[in-house]
Formats: sequence, structure tokens, C-alpha cells
Amino acid sequence: MKFVTLAAAAALAIGLGSANAEPVKVGMITTLSGGGAGLGIDVRDGFMLAVKQAGNKDLEVVIEDDQQKPDIAVQLADKMIQSEKVDVLTGIIWSNLAMAVVPSATAQGKFYLSPNAGPSALAGKGCHPNYFNVAWQNDNLHEAAGAYANFEGLKNSFLLAPNYPAGQDALTGYKRMYKGELAGEIYTKLGQTDYAAEIAQIRASGADSVYFFLPGGMGISFLKQYKDSGVDLPVIGPAFSFDQGILQAVGDAALGVKNTSQWSKDIDTPANKAFVESFQAEYGRLPSLYASQGFDTANLLLSAMAKADVKDADAFRAALEEADFASTRGGFKFGPNHHPIQDIYVREVIKEGDVYTNKIIGKALTSHADAYWSECSM
Amino acid sequence: MIRERYLNALTLALFVAIPFWAITADEPFTITLMTRAVVFAIAAVGLNIALGLGGLVSLGHAVFFGLGGYAMGILAYHAQNYTPLTEWPFLIEGTKSMPLIWLVAVIVSSLAALVIGILSLRTAGVYFIMITLAFGQMFFFFAISWAEYGGEDGLSIYVRNGFPGLNTLDPIQFYGLCLGLLCLVLLFAWRLSGSPFGLALNAARQVPVRVETAGLDPVRLKLVAFVVSGAITGLAGALFADLNRFVSPTMFSWQTSGEIMIFIIIGGVGRLFGPVVGALVFVALEHWLGALSDFWHIYLGLLLLVIVLFGKGGLIGMLCGREAVHD
Amino acid sequence: MSLILLIEQVLNGLQFGIMLFLMAAGLTLIFGVMGLINLAHGSLYMIGAFCAAAVAAATGSFLLGLVAALAGAAIAGALVELLVIRRLYTKDHLDQVLATFALILIFSEGTRWIFGSFPLFLDVPDFLSGPVTLPGGIEYPLYRLALIAVGLAVALGLWLLISRTRLGVQIRAGENDREMIAALGIDIARLYTIVFALGAALAGLAGALVGAIQSVQVGMGEPVLILAFVVIVIGGIGSIKGALVGAILVGLTDTLGGIFLPEILKLFLDPSTATSVGSSLASMAIYILMAAVLILRPAGLFGARA
Repeated sequence: MKFVTLAAAAALAIGLGSANAEPVKVGMITTLSGGGAGLGIDVRDGFMLAVKQAGNKDLEVVIEDDQQKPDIAVQLADKMIQSEKVDVLTGIIWSNLAMAVVPSATAQGKFYLSPNAGPSALAGKGCHPNYFNVAWQNDNLHEAAGAYANFEGLKNSFLLAPNYPAGQDALTGYKRMYKGELAGEIYTKLGQTDYAAEIAQIRASGADSVYFFLPGGMGISFLKQYKDSGVDLPVIGPAFSFDQGILQAVGDAALGVKNTSQWSKDIDTPANKAFVESFQAEYGRLPSLYASQGFDTANLLLSAMAKADVKDADAFRAALEEADFASTRGGFKFGPNHHPIQDIYVREVIKEGDVYTNKIIGKALTSHADAYWSECSM
Repeated sequence: MIRERYLNALTLALFVAIPFWAITADEPFTITLMTRAVVFAIAAVGLNIALGLGGLVSLGHAVFFGLGGYAMGILAYHAQNYTPLTEWPFLIEGTKSMPLIWLVAVIVSSLAALVIGILSLRTAGVYFIMITLAFGQMFFFFAISWAEYGGEDGLSIYVRNGFPGLNTLDPIQFYGLCLGLLCLVLLFAWRLSGSPFGLALNAARQVPVRVETAGLDPVRLKLVAFVVSGAITGLAGALFADLNRFVSPTMFSWQTSGEIMIFIIIGGVGRLFGPVVGALVFVALEHWLGALSDFWHIYLGLLLLVIVLFGKGGLIGMLCGREAVHD
Repeated sequence: MSLILLIEQVLNGLQFGIMLFLMAAGLTLIFGVMGLINLAHGSLYMIGAFCAAAVAAATGSFLLGLVAALAGAAIAGALVELLVIRRLYTKDHLDQVLATFALILIFSEGTRWIFGSFPLFLDVPDFLSGPVTLPGGIEYPLYRLALIAVGLAVALGLWLLISRTRLGVQIRAGENDREMIAALGIDIARLYTIVFALGAALAGLAGALVGAIQSVQVGMGEPVLILAFVVIVIGGIGSIKGALVGAILVGLTDTLGGIFLPEILKLFLDPSTATSVGSSLASMAIYILMAAVLILRPAGLFGARA
């Protein structure tokens, strides 16, 4: 058990002027070991940076590692609810783990603030008043990519995603906005590392562009092999494959690729500048998309704590709904299903000195909500 | 032998005493952990019939664990959505009743064990290990791409299934139910190993030729053991799914097969209580080591190495001396 | 589907198969000589890739990275053999499975502890990057052609080693009759260490070569390990020739199955169902192949009758 109890500088705590008497206990379940640990570590670091900056001594955070296994995540959620008696849960990276934990946690009256996963089931029919997604609904970045493809005048896209629910959602999201033809659509094996066969099909298909959703190592492999194949059609992807954490492992192969994201380190707002600087100062690396989501999640929580007592669930929920905090991504508000309504940008991968990173080149969607809110009744 | 009996009794006493302590100390999570240990123990008792008694090193028991889990998941999913499983050739409805789910889990996993067993038992030794591993992968990839039942996301069941006369949502009542099943399974395994079938199987493992001359077919004996073993592991899978109120393809992963095997090794191969002790120790390690360090797998690995290299017959073997079962 | 595409896909399957062969050759050699089932072979593959990435990043030379991969994996293999594996030869398969499973846990988390949780960078060297045009107008990545060439060269080298050298004689003797070679005064412990290190070096080489076009990350070895198991079960455990044939069979089945199964199913089903059912079947295709081989020949294609 890693308790991070914050008895930080009293001056800061007074500055916040918290209205609540009861301390808030937060349980963070995230992936800190195994192949997917990079994402969880970023969410945790972003979250804890905001907590540290606030110095609110009424906030206690318990962090546990889910090893990216659904059964461990369920067990940890049980532990946090039954033994630690937390008020709020957060931290889960993967949709399948979120599906395992969130419904039963919210049914037990706990609040869940999602810093990453946004499965469609929890945005539509399965929405819950105590579930807030601070990142995105899973389809959002793919929808933005489809919209951007229209903007660029692309007419014949080739689509690629792993054969699992998030992959199917991704391509559905892209097709929801995209108006052109499809040169091909391939579902690959989850965890596949060799894409020679798919690249050969892309080459033969007569496509004018490629859209792919291959998170983690799959995307790294695809991009390296794609570059080496000599196929030079434009590639578009969601931010996940061009994130600060893995971009360095892709290297030159990613340069110039357009990707869609609700956050970028060059969003020109004071809150974002301060976040990027303080994150670098604290951890010695550039923040990623996931770090920004963790940071925003913590600030949302802190903003609600300043307005209401967590034991008064209705008041606390109303305070969360206001989303009265300075988000790193500029404008941020919740839709009726507690998912973000936000701008989604198009970024291009560039090299700054020795470091690969992204810069914004435009906005794909403005004040975009997800496609499922009308199915949600709460 | 006598010492082993005391140790077994002590283990059972722990399984009763710890939850009682948890209730009085208001530590409900400890009960959840203990339930996890009990369910793992059932799965491992199942594997131990194939492994300890039959000498079949199966690295694919996750298949049965997963099938049991999905039997629960699919039945309960249809029941909670009020949709039938199928309307043709005749109507099959979902159910939220544990006894029915267990029955289905046991039947489905026995059938799978029968098919996999017939194919795999054409081979022996290392081939057997690898082919069972490969069957596990086959089910794993199938489950991941089976979008109808959630694919990689798995299936969430919002309310635990019911058992007549019990409130299964109360952790201690569900725990009691699982513990009762563990005792039944242990009793069954104990009777089995002493039965003529168990003795013949033991002989088939050690000197197959002699069994053949006695007019018995060693492969058939092993097949029966494999099916029984798969059925019990399938039952554990259904319970595991109900404990988490969730199933996912992770239950089919080859790491799951490895972990079930680890329980047996930690406790002691071929010992009646080996899987039980192993599961309890593993859950405790997972809980305490996991809290100590993010890199706790290193310590788990080192511990396993020590047990395999220097421990004679797992923890029970170290505490009670060597018995002639493990060869 | 054009002929050019078909040929390109066959090349892809071949290249995948050849890389699997490098993994499978070590596994099957170790099993053939020592009777040991080694689950940690995938970890040696990972070690090779990490060594190559670290050295290539420090020196800027891909070739030095390859040397580091060979050396690093061989050293890791020899150390593991001396410290752990050596104690497992006399134990049953169950203990071997468990001990090497434990090694996977230690290696994976140890690597993460040293190198962190993010993937490392390793790229194709400049002189091998980009596509070349083959006769018939097929554009194919040069690096992948190089992989096929290296793999075939290793296969040839292994064959020469085993059939023409003193070490090869000892290895063949070890496969047939362990007591005999001890009686002949051969230092069996040394032979075992050498064979294990050789197998480890092959795995490390495969890891480094493949790492340049894939992601160098913790856990990269286990999927390959399972495929290598399938390969040697199909080929017959202990047979290098079987490993080569099995590897190419698996490589071709996996690559071509993924393309053609959905296409074939589209003849009977609507396109989206065909795509999803086809992809599911394709991901199981090699296991179905393995089951089929075992039904026909329980000891694999080239295995000695058990």
C-alpha cells in the first residue's frame, strides 16, 4: 500500500479555501507494471503533480497497480471500497478493465473519474450519474481523424485496426465522420507485430491514405515497417501512437504524420504552459497526453472538493458537473452523459532538437460531443 | 503422513478462522481475498488430478477455467438483458442461478477436455505440454475476437448470481459456498485417489506397461483423469467469474495456466492439500509482495526458483518430509 | 488479387518463418541435446533486442548492436545455464516448466527495472533501408530480404556445424546416447553450457533483427516463444530440419491465412461478417495446423517416434 498523504505547505491549503470538513479519499487503480506500465505511470504522475501543487491536506490518495489484468483491477476496487473506504475511484487506463470495475463501483455509490478509458457502453445506455470521463469517449479521436480526412480531400482511405472491441469502435468512429470511399479495411490480430502482409495489401489497394489504430507496440512496429516498405501514402492516426512516451521509439518513421488529439503540449493557454513546465521540472521528461489527462482529473476533483462535501453525493456531483477548473486543453465542459465536450486538434510529428514531439496544425472538430449521449438517460 | 494430516487440518482451520477474524475486525476485503484463494484452490485441485495423479503436465488448463467463466458470463449476460441464448433448434434462456450455471460450466469444460484430451493424449511428454499450451492460445484468440460477448473487453455482470437460500452478495455467504464446494472437491479427489481407478491411474503414470498387461488401457485412464480434471477447473472458472462479476479472455491466457500450475508446485505435487496450501500462499504473496514493490514479480520468480530447485515436494514436502508420490 | 501481391505475401510469410526458425532452432537443439523444455527462450530473444537497441543507441552502429545482441544473449544464456538450468536436467518436465516460467518473471521485470517501461528505439540501418525492385516489378523492403538471407545463412551454418565439426559430433552423440558420450570422456557439462549459449545467441540474434522493424519492449518474447513451440511440435522436437520446415509452414500459414481466409469467406458471407470471422479463424489457423499435423503424425513431421 502506497499512501501518499499530503501534509504539504499550509499556506497553499488555505489558498484553496476548501468548503468541506471531511477529507476525501481517492483510490487510484492503474497499470504500473508490465508492458503497458508507461501509460499508467504518466496518468499517476500527472495526477500527483496536480495534487502536490494544490497542497490540499484533506485529500488522501491510495495508489495500486492493476498489472493490466481485469481480475486484479476488480479485486483492487473491492479492496479500496471495502477496506480503504475510498470516496472516489480513478486511474484505469484500459477499456476492458474499466468495464470490469466501473459499473459495480458506481452501483455502490462511489464516484469514478476516468482519466483515460471511455468505452461506448458507459457513454450510452450504461451511463451513470457518478461516472465522469475526463479524457474522451473512445470514438472521439477517430471521429476527428475522419473529419480531418474530409478536410484534406482524401477520397479512398485504407483502414487498419486490431480485431477487438476498441479496434472495431475506432474504425466505426472514423467512418462516422469520413465521407469518402474505403480502399480496404483490415482487422489484425491483437498484439500482432509484423505488418508486412497488410502493407502489401495497402500498396496493392490503390488507396490515397491510411488510417490506423494500433495502440502501444503494435503502432511502433507498423510505422517502422511502413516507412521501410517505400509506400508513401499519407498516414493518419489517433494520438495514442504518437504520444510523447512512444514517439522516441518510433523515431524518424513518425516524422510528418498527422494525428488527432484533444491535447498537445503547445496549446497556448497559461494553464497548459504552467503544466508542461512544472511536469518537466518535477519528472525530467516531457508530459504525454496521458499525463495531461491525469492532471486534469485531479484538478477536476480538487475543484469539486472546494465547492461541496463528498459525503453529500448530490452536491458533489453538481460540483463535478460544473467542471470549474483550468483544463490543460483550454475549454472543457461535460455533456449530459458526463463525457467531455471539447475541441480536437490535428497535430504533426516534428523533431525539436533531439526530441520527437508534436505541434498543432489545426482543429479537426470544435466543441465536439460523443455519439452516444442521446442513448444515456440519467 | 501423520504430520501431513495435522498440516491439512491446520490449513482447513485457517480457512475457517481467518474470515471469522475478518468479520470481527471489520476487514471485509480479507474475505474477498480468501474467496479468491478458495476458488484458485478448486482450480488447482482439478489440475492436480491430471498432474499429480495422471502425470499429465497440462499447460492449457486455462481453457477449462475460461470456459467455466464464460459459461457463467454468457448465461448471466442473457439473463440480465432478458434475451434468449438461442431460439433454434429450441429456446434456451439465460439464467442467474448458480447451480444451473455450475452444471453448464462442468458439462462444457468436460466436453472440451474430452476433445482436447483425445487429441493431446496421442502425444506424451514435452509434446503434451506444448499442444495443451497451443490449445489454450487457440481459445484465447477466439475469445478476443468474439465480439458478440465483448471480445477483449469481456462481459460485466452487474449483480452476482443467486443460490437458493443464500444471499450471495454478502461476501461471507459467498465465501462459505465456495469453501463448501472446495471441501466437496477435496473429498472427491481423496476418494478418487484411493479408488481402483485412482490406483490404476497411478500405476499408468509410473509403469504403463504393467497396466497394459493387466488389461487396462493407460491412455483411456489418463483421458478420464483429464476430463475429470477439466470439469473441476471449469467449475472453479464459473466461481471465479462470479467472484469478480466479470469474465474476460485473460482467463484463457497461458499465464493463467502457468499460475494454476504454480499453486500446485508451491504446495506440493500430488498431495491432496498441495493446491490448497499453494493457492493460499500465492494469494498472500500477491497481496503483500505487490504492496511492497512494483517489481514484485522478480521476488515471486526467485521464490519459485528456490522451491523448484531446492524444495522437495513444495511447502508440504518441506514441512512434512518426502512422500513417495512425487517422482 | 494479382500475382505480384501473391508473390509479395509469400515472401512475407517466408521471412516471418525464417525468423521463427532462429528461435525454434535454439529451442529444439536444447531439447534434443539436454531434454530440457525452456520457456525462458523468449526472454533471451528480448535480451538480444534490448542489447542491440542499447548499443546501437550508444554507438550509432547497427552492426555493433547485432554483435552485442549475440554476445549479450549468449552470456545471459550461459549464466542462466550455470546457475539454474544445470540443476534441472535431472528433474521432470514439470519442474523445468516451472523454473523457466520463474525465469521469465525475473527477466521481464528485471529488464523493466533497468530500461524503464517505455519501448526502446532500434531502426533499420541506412544501408538496408527502403525498398528494392525485384524482377517482375515487385517492390520489397531490402531489410526483409536481408533477414531471409541471414536466416538461411544461419540454417546453413548450423547444418555445417552439426554435420562437419567435432562439436557437432558431440551434439549428435548427446542427442542419441547421453551415457555414451560421458563414457567417451567428453566434458558433458561444458558441452551443455555451449549448446545452451548457442541456442540463446540464436534467439538474441532473432530478437535484434526483428527488433529493428518492430517494437523493442518488455514481453516481446512470449508471443514468439509460443509460435516457436508450435513450430517445433510440427517439425518434430529435436530436429533442426523439422524446425526449418515447421517454421516456414507456420510463417506461410499465418501470413497467407490472414489474407485469404477473409477473402474466401466473402464468397459465402457478407463482407463485414467475413472480415471478422476470417480474422478470428486466421488467428487460430496455425494452431489448427498443429492439431492436424499431430493427428496424422504424433511425433511431428521429422520427429523420432516417441
